[in-house]
Amino acid sequence: MNASTRLVAVLIGLVALLAWPERSRAQENYFVTYTHHMEEPGTLEVSNKSVTGFPKDGSSFIGSSMELEYGVKTWWTSELYLDGQTTFGENTTFTGWRFENRFRPLLREHWINPVLYFEFEDINGANKSLLEVVGHDGIEDFLSRAERSEKEREVELKLILSSNAKGWNFAENFIAEKNLANEPWEFGYAVAASRPLSLVAGAKACTFCRENFSLGAELYGGLGDRYSFGFSNTSHYLAPTVSFRVPQGPTFNVSPSAGLNHNSHGFLLRFGVSYEINQFASMLRRK
Amino acid sequence: MNPRKLRLITAIICLIVSGSMISAASLGDGLWISRVPEKDRTRQNPFADRPDAPAAGARLFSQNCASCHGDNATGKGNHPSLRSERVRSATPGELQWLLTNGSMKNGMPSWSKLPEQQRWQIVTYLKSLQ
Repeated sequence: MNASTRLVAVLIGLVALLAWPERSRAQENYFVTYTHHMEEPGTLEVSNKSVTGFPKDGSSFIGSSMELEYGVKTWWTSELYLDGQTTFGENTTFTGWRFENRFRPLLREHWINPVLYFEFEDINGANKSLLEVVGHDGIEDFLSRAERSEKEREVELKLILSSNAKGWNFAENFIAEKNLANEPWEFGYAVAASRPLSLVAGAKACTFCRENFSLGAELYGGLGDRYSFGFSNTSHYLAPTVSFRVPQGPTFNVSPSAGLNHNSHGFLLRFGVSYEINQFASMLRRK
Repeated sequence: MNPRKLRLITAIICLIVSGSMISAASLGDGLWISRVPEKDRTRQNPFADRPDAPAAGARLFSQNCASCHGDNATGKGNHPSLRSERVRSATPGELQWLLTNGSMKNGMPSWSKLPEQQRWQIVTYLKSLQ
């Protein structure tokens, strides 16, 4: 497929999404951290999350994940990721897929709401989507990621804890990941907080009202592995997040991330757009 | 990977997933209104006397609720009408509790992702329909 064909395909996709009759706003505020908010049942969220980096000793890159998130039940959300990356001056390549499920065991709101997360991923060594940081992931390991033949079949478990208080959301994720090729369990964390600029909705329709913007911050990084648990030789990032929800339209997110130690990328820019198609399954049944 | 370890991991994952599902099935029911704690049932709506609250609530309803309950809250498919006796007789506190916690077995999600103030605005709008 050449570049112009790809561009036409993307444009057709965007027009189709914007013309879709039943849509609502997406609610994601973070790039790495998960909250206890599940996808509404029957709703399909289509989104793209990208990260771009400019390493001093390597080529700039963009890693992208296309996400299809579906609310199976009020307490069960399923998600498929398709990953790819472009490294400038080198290549553009599909780097694999991930399939995740999130379950909410307690069905009412509590001070802390747990969610159990299970993921299987089949990606290759060229993956640069950086959807989480675990183990001893660091910039040097990342610079060598160009080898597509290296397969990474991994399982990932997360304990997601999340709370809402006075308009704020607080979320903490504990991550355990294992490469099935006889490598040790690796660990990581992500914590985040965010709040809408206004907690009260206005009576008049508006696009750039304060209630449509959320600000927050994420802190995430690796915690070593089974044999060397801790902060030694790990990377960590602090990232403010900004979300803008277009009423009855897509949600845009941006997050400039700063590496916190010598093992981290100095700067990463994350950006994304997401779009919800309400009652997707019912519409398919009607048609 | 050692096959025994793989089997153990698979068994643990299956156990947790099935535990989640059993827990989900047993906790939900359609009698949500009888489960509202008394302190929530009697809560007063701080937006009840705000003249712009029904219009703001209508906007929020349109953005978040109309796809299931219909543009005029008259229901859609299997999703119930909100112009009903149950909603009419519910206290504002009970409706706020339902929006916060959902009724998950019946397919009503929690709307705790919306700030509490916005949930009160939706309650105001629902009450203005009756």
